[in-house]
Amino acid sequence: MSADHLPEHPDFLWRNPDPKKSYDAVIVGGGGHGLATAYFLAKNHGMTNIAILEKGWLAGGNMARNTTIIRSNYLWDESAAIYEHALKLWEILPEELEYDFLFSQRGVMNLAHTLGDVRESVRRVGANRLNGVDAEWLDPQQVKELCPILNISDNIRYPVMGATYQPRAGIAKHDHVAWAFARKCDELGVDIIQNCEVTGFIKDGNRVTGVQTTRGTINTEKVGLCAAGHSSVLAEMAGFRLPIQSHPLQALVSELHEPVHPTVVMSNHVHVYVSQAHKGELVMGAGVDSYNGYGQRGSFHVIEEQMAAAVELFPIFARAHVLRTWGGIVDTTLDASPIVGLSPVENMFVNCGWGTGGFKGTPAAGLTFAHTIATGAPHQLNKPFALERFETGALIDEHGAAAVAH
Amino acid sequence: MLLISCPNCGPRDETEFHYGGQAHVAYPESPNDLTDREWAEYLFYRENTKGTFAERWVHSTGCRQWFNMLRDTVSYEIHSIYGMGQPRPDIKSTGQSSEPTQPGEFTQAGEFGQAGEPGLAPGAASPTATTPISSEGV
Ligand SMILES: Cc1cc2nc3c(=O)[nH]c(=O)nc-3n(C[C@H](O)[C@H](O)[C@H](O)COP(=O)(O)OP(=O)(O)OC[C@H]3O[C@@H](n4cnc5c(N)ncnc54)[C@H](O)[C@@H]3O)c2cc1C
Ligand SMILES: [Zn+2]
Repeated sequence: MSADHLPEHPDFLWRNPDPKKSYDAVIVGGGGHGLATAYFLAKNHGMTNIAILEKGWLAGGNMARNTTIIRSNYLWDESAAIYEHALKLWEILPEELEYDFLFSQRGVMNLAHTLGDVRESVRRVGANRLNGVDAEWLDPQQVKELCPILNISDNIRYPVMGATYQPRAGIAKHDHVAWAFARKCDELGVDIIQNCEVTGFIKDGNRVTGVQTTRGTINTEKVGLCAAGHSSVLAEMAGFRLPIQSHPLQALVSELHEPVHPTVVMSNHVHVYVSQAHKGELVMGAGVDSYNGYGQRGSFHVIEEQMAAAVELFPIFARAHVLRTWGGIVDTTLDASPIVGLSPVENMFVNCGWGTGGFKGTPAAGLTFAHTIATGAPHQLNKPFALERFETGALIDEHGAAAVAH
Repeated sequence: MLLISCPNCGPRDETEFHYGGQAHVAYPESPNDLTDREWAEYLFYRENTKGTFAERWVHSTGCRQWFNMLRDTVSYEIHSIYGMGQPRPDIKSTGQSSEPTQPGEFTQAGEFGQAGEPGLAPGAASPTATTPISSEGV
């Protein structure tokens, strides 16, 4: 095919400006959270003289590596509040951002395989309902009706004993979400600066006044960290510590298949979660690699184990082929809840610790973090997620509680 | 998959081992005197080094012994494996990742299983770091 038969290059969705000498605020990290934060800073707080600094390309980190599951069926009140707020924002964002990023509310099922799972799940359904989060308990027959390809027989190691189901949960196209936010940010005047790595901070006493980057020094009134797996590295540059461990988290897709999987199925007990992307790939993920790692890759046995679990639950996957596997670096905390709030450095704010599950939280992270940066105080929703909770002991322990596997 | 050379059993697949997080974290000498901040540091704060990292592993399906390892958290290259009582070996690359070298190329510094880790209170020889094995995704 000759060049004149190729379609026109689509319009660029954002400019690629050079960094200015100074900004009112600088966001470090151009993933979903950095983009959403900048968007809400500009839209809700009128802060448009701001920049997002990204060391690689826009959304090349976890934002484009996650398995895109969105749900809000967390156990504790604090989590239910912030994740449900995020889900409500997901419901209006396609219109607000004028971009159809294929948010598909096809429901999410969390399978129970043991008596302990069943009790925890039924309790979580009750807690969710009290918090206004849609939640149902399904028996194995109802599970089968919603997802006919699931094996509910008792001839497997961990038979399906039921599931929780959140009908409003689902998936979205993560790269389109990033582009949607980026285009709006750009329209509002935000500078999105790629290939710009932050290498240090300039401080006056304990107050941050600027950032050093591979593209020069930039003065700024305020800094918001949205660096996911690299949060500890940036905090160290700024002179404080975070209670975070970075781990590889892997995922994989199969070749394209006809639509066979109507919903999203997660099993923490046998450790796999599966959905089918719009184009037809089966998308699967599992647990983190056990060791600390910044390598954006993990060990193959983790993939092997999640495939074994998937094939047992979905026998028809046995002959599907893996197309590719990849890894991201996730910022885990010991209570499996994020940190969104002030930092020990004046005018520097942290949003991190979303770990293996922060895609779903993107809009609420952006909204509350923007509020925190603009006003210097947390929003009602992120108040409980302050760094101090590791000292006060007011942890929000979602390990095992929120269908976060342990 | 990492190929880990257990000081007792030799090279084995990573699947035979369990991770124990940061090495050389001593139990506080006077627990009653700690401030909340210090307790928080002990319980929840661990180094999260990008580069050469000292960490603990246990050969859980083999000899069931703990040992220390210096590993690059970017290339995943194993620089050194050394016994529980041993101090961290002094290797030149610290802080930043180094180029990956041949698999299995590591030094085995020191004898395994020597007593008395510096700064470790009596009876606190077992690993205290709680490793987040949070998974999910989603
Ligand atoms: C395999 C996998 C599956 C997942 N599945 C799900 C899921 O199904 N549902 C869900 O809710 N969540 C999921 N997650 C988690 C989710 O992806 C993350 O919590 C979320 O993307 C983190 O926010 P972010 O998008 O801003 O991160 P990122 O996209 O990682 O953004 C951080 C950015 O900071 C940049 N950066 C770092 N250091 C610097 C520096 N010094 N200077 C400038 N820029 C810097 C990075 O390059 C990166 O682009 C998954 C993650 C992975 C890896
Ligand atoms: Zn051994």
